[in-house]
Amino acid sequence: MRRCWMRSLCILVFLVCTLSSCGHLLDHSVQAHIEKPFPKKLSEWALFRVRAGALTPNKGVVPYDLNTPLFSDYASKYRFVWMPDGTAAQYREDGPLEFPVGTVLAKTFAFPVDGSNTERLIETRLLVHATSGWTPLLYIWDDKQRDAALQLVPDPVPMKWTDASGRRHEFNYVIPNVNECHECHDNQKVFLPIGPKARNLNKEYKYAEGSDNQLAHWARIGYLQGPPAVEARPRAAKWDDPSTGSLSDRAAAYLDNNCAHCHQPGGQAGYTGVDFRITQTEIARQGLCKPPNSAGEVGSLRYDLVPGRPDESILIYRLESTAPKTSMPALSRDVVHVEGVALLRQWISSLPGGCGSGRN
Amino acid sequence: MTRPDFLCFAVAGMLLCSSCNKPEDFQKGLQEKLINAKSGDVIDLPEGKFHLDRTLSLAANGVTIRGKGMDKTILAFAGQKTGAQGVLIKANDFIIEDIGIEDTAGDALTIQDGSNITVRRVRTEWTRGPKSANGPYGIYPVSCKNLLVEDSVARGAADAGIYVGQSENVILRRNRVENNVDGFEIENTENVDAYENVATHNTGGMGVFNLPNLPRQGGRHVRVYNNQLVDNNTPNFAPKSLGPIYYLPTGTGMYIMAIRDVEVSNNKIQNNNTVNIYIINYHTGVDEESLRDTAASPITQQVFAPDDKRYDPFVRDVYLHDNDISGGGQSPDNRVDGVKMLAAALGGKLPDILYDGVVDPAWGKKPNSGQVCLSQNGAASFLNFDAGGGMKHPVHDLKRYACTLPGLTAVTIPEAPVGGK
Repeated sequence: MRRCWMRSLCILVFLVCTLSSCGHLLDHSVQAHIEKPFPKKLSEWALFRVRAGALTPNKGVVPYDLNTPLFSDYASKYRFVWMPDGTAAQYREDGPLEFPVGTVLAKTFAFPVDGSNTERLIETRLLVHATSGWTPLLYIWDDKQRDAALQLVPDPVPMKWTDASGRRHEFNYVIPNVNECHECHDNQKVFLPIGPKARNLNKEYKYAEGSDNQLAHWARIGYLQGPPAVEARPRAAKWDDPSTGSLSDRAAAYLDNNCAHCHQPGGQAGYTGVDFRITQTEIARQGLCKPPNSAGEVGSLRYDLVPGRPDESILIYRLESTAPKTSMPALSRDVVHVEGVALLRQWISSLPGGCGSGRN
Repeated sequence: MTRPDFLCFAVAGMLLCSSCNKPEDFQKGLQEKLINAKSGDVIDLPEGKFHLDRTLSLAANGVTIRGKGMDKTILAFAGQKTGAQGVLIKANDFIIEDIGIEDTAGDALTIQDGSNITVRRVRTEWTRGPKSANGPYGIYPVSCKNLLVEDSVARGAADAGIYVGQSENVILRRNRVENNVDGFEIENTENVDAYENVATHNTGGMGVFNLPNLPRQGGRHVRVYNNQLVDNNTPNFAPKSLGPIYYLPTGTGMYIMAIRDVEVSNNKIQNNNTVNIYIINYHTGVDEESLRDTAASPITQQVFAPDDKRYDPFVRDVYLHDNDISGGGQSPDNRVDGVKMLAAALGGKLPDILYDGVVDPAWGKKPNSGQVCLSQNGAASFLNFDAGGGMKHPVHDLKRYACTLPGLTAVTIPEAPVGGK
């Protein structure tokens, strides 16, 4: 009798699991969810199909990238945006565009497979503009790369590969948990997207149907309202492309996209008084000759940023560390961004002046 | 066993695995509970020592985290891999009680931007004793409002055991802090009552001060009474990177820096080897070269004020009365240049109460324009070492400072929220 009961339970569980994950196949359009409960499987959103590790977007799901992105352990990132029919984001000169309720921003993180030219999908982070506000959802890809499952506290993933230049990468890739999403995305307890700002989207993108400026493309397909004339749209430098901006422009873009989400008024590190927003041009507020509030173990260094002296700048020290209380950004960086640090070293070296006589 | 049976057991086994007793599972399970928590929830933690390697965080309002005792429910973070803090709270109406937090990489318990916060019978500790690689702060509320920290213990912090910064309406009572660099720090904070606390065997017992270049300025109105700040002579072990705290002289009972409206009464402040009470402006306090600098040039607001226009570097309206002060300054910390210089000038010892005498020139030339009032402090010895006048006119005579100031009003905070049953 008991055996029979358990058998029926197993069959029932099996059926429920199978049917619920197949539901999306009945409808080919994106399945919007703007309230809890959110789907347990990424496939239920029908944002894209995955074939051999590549994501093919569904109708209305538009790929995009950024002039200067956040560094994430050398992950490849594949970004997509989707908005409900008949809605559009409002243009904003500063800060993220104002996306309508229902918007889904999807960012998929992939890493190289050691000894091959292929990548493995690790996680897809969704930011969903729900009725209650922006909501982060973390989907972790299965080993077979068929689908990703919703998790609150994903486990770290061991990574190892050798890149094209012969550099060996070996570390534990730590995926932020849902609460940790808030540490970067919250400003005065309001959750906001970080990347999709006008200045960061203002660049060419190679769409399937041809190359186009992203802001122009979004406006054309009805995803963006109210952009000013082309020449009035700000454009952030690409951090690694000197043709897009001066050394200080590129450093400012890097700091804006890697640090300013916390280091600005109302951000997680607002209390430090250091403000790395690209629109904040006072160098004193970027930590120039400022003693740290609490910088962890940084040897005998005294100031956040010492002009001309990258080796004496706590900013550099913390970017070159991976120790938990010293490294910056505090989350989502498990290895040193060698090229990013080189840019900031060059920038600090170029700054004139010093930090007071006899005090540095 | 038939095959379907085997399958059933396998499924059951997988389901059960979520409650296995592996350390990662405790961490993951607790973090999931904290993410799913709703207002009114009490998260009860059992007795035991639980190893974690990643910051635990809470963002939901109205939650209580409760253990079985600060020595019975222990969150042990030795070998922490991810996150700067042990426990990170960004929520209102929060209570944490009866928990020990050990050996975090950075701060043990950070509470940020919260209103109505209670920390009760919590222990934060670095178990290897005072080491510069310890985390900076034990209990670290910052930018909070209506905060109660009581009956808690903090040991081994490389900056401060119990810190309160950029906050308002704060009560610190019946806590014990030992083997930290600073026992207590009250920084850029307004309306504080600190009473019946014990600070002993730290580098310094308690600091009450304002610092520049922080978003919230204007800390003031601090009452410190019925505390014991004794034998704080543990050699300073702060790393230089922590800023001013690195220069805190070993053997400081209490320092009051760049703040106004401070009332210190009925405390036992004894046997702190550099000085029992140090009353100073910002420059004297944070810069080890300041005495040399200021001896050479007259002091003005411009010289003193750092590049923060909102910042007031001076100290004034400090009222010390009815304290039991003795045995201070017997072996001053020569590591700090300013202290070394002063001690040398005074024959190797310092008095119980040391005041730099620096006042804002805008206050005029009347005597004691900083309104530092000292009365009924037993046989405490005193010196105004005239830092502003190049130490040319030191004042030993306590009578010059025998005045009273109106007592400060008590801090009231709303009834602590009741988090569940």
